[in-house]
Amino acid sequence: MVEFSLPKNSKVMRGVEHKAAAGAKRIKRFHIYRFDPDTGENPRLDCFEVDLDACGPMVLDALIKIKSEMDSTLTFRRSCREGVCGSCAFNIDGTNTLACTKPIKSIRGAVKVYPLPHMPVIKDLVPDLSVPYAQYASIEPWLKSDTPAPTSERLQSIEERRELDGMWECILCFCCQTSCPSYWWNGDRYLGPAVLLQAYRWIADTRDEASGERLDNVDDPFRLYRCHTIMNCTNTCPKHLNPGKAIAEIKHLLLKRK
Amino acid sequence: MSNTPNRNRQLRSKLGRVRGLGSSHEGVHHWWAQRMSAMALLPLSLWFIFSLISLTGSDYVAFQSWVSEFGNSVFLVLFLVSMFHHAQLGLQVVIEDYVHSELWKMGLLLIVKYGSVLFAASGIFAVLKISLAG
Repeated sequence: MVEFSLPKNSKVMRGVEHKAAAGAKRIKRFHIYRFDPDTGENPRLDCFEVDLDACGPMVLDALIKIKSEMDSTLTFRRSCREGVCGSCAFNIDGTNTLACTKPIKSIRGAVKVYPLPHMPVIKDLVPDLSVPYAQYASIEPWLKSDTPAPTSERLQSIEERRELDGMWECILCFCCQTSCPSYWWNGDRYLGPAVLLQAYRWIADTRDEASGERLDNVDDPFRLYRCHTIMNCTNTCPKHLNPGKAIAEIKHLLLKRK
Repeated sequence: MSNTPNRNRQLRSKLGRVRGLGSSHEGVHHWWAQRMSAMALLPLSLWFIFSLISLTGSDYVAFQSWVSEFGNSVFLVLFLVSMFHHAQLGLQVVIEDYVHSELWKMGLLLIVKYGSVLFAASGIFAVLKISLAG
């Protein structure tokens, strides 16, 4: 059976309390998942009191403040701090989203920050995403064309280009991928919403000449059809994209070519 | 045996594991059959429920003459076929989703598949027997 509960060595224990500096007026509590594989200890939930008067507006600002002022061992990925790099995806306040575009103000009560769900944890908030990356590589996300390359750009009409809207914006943060129960239970074989959205991005690209081959590649009960339209992917996407619709389009094309 | 997928080979690359044994090039049929049987079941189950309600309290003779009407027996057989077909398609997906031990998976799939054929065949035979006896 799939594992519905956490194994013994993954049970989250109570962690350390870090108080805000004396005199802080607007205090927000942050509960942050900590795990260090080198200690052999169970993961724990540390609590940090952050003075909002001395902190930027987003959850990422608070994480950076905590790391630089309260506990420098806190480990997380971040880069662009403006929602285009996809590094700082965590489970925040119960939903997968980007810490850099999630305002602290939008969260009532304490802010809970966990790594993306159901992925092996490397340290603290850093999940091991090597399987989703390999799945992304498996759909061969590059233009395939047998027609000799033109001397200028490969042309598309405005309508043809419009087909790619809602897909090129994906930043591969894997919020959707790790929010999908089907991906939790069968992530070794199901390609997942983020990868299928990208698969469809190339199938729908009129400059690409390998649509059939791409459809062949996903035509599989596990790779594609584990999608049961649960729609967590679309609900959670921080870029407001719709992987559920992209998957439906792939299913539609597979039926169409029957 | 080097390609047996459930062998634990930690050193194989992630891409190699993801590609695995390749795409099985099926799944459309199963997916479409599930939707087609669902569409058939919509009117059939409504008809079945309303018929059961209207037959409440009637005796066996009345029930037998209802079943032996041509349309009713045809719809009953269609209802049984689409219901058990739909049920086994759906249960198959549930088992594939949640049961990961190969032995359990195979065993449960066999029970579901053979079971639904058994129940559908019994149901159809019962309809024929009742309707043709009258």
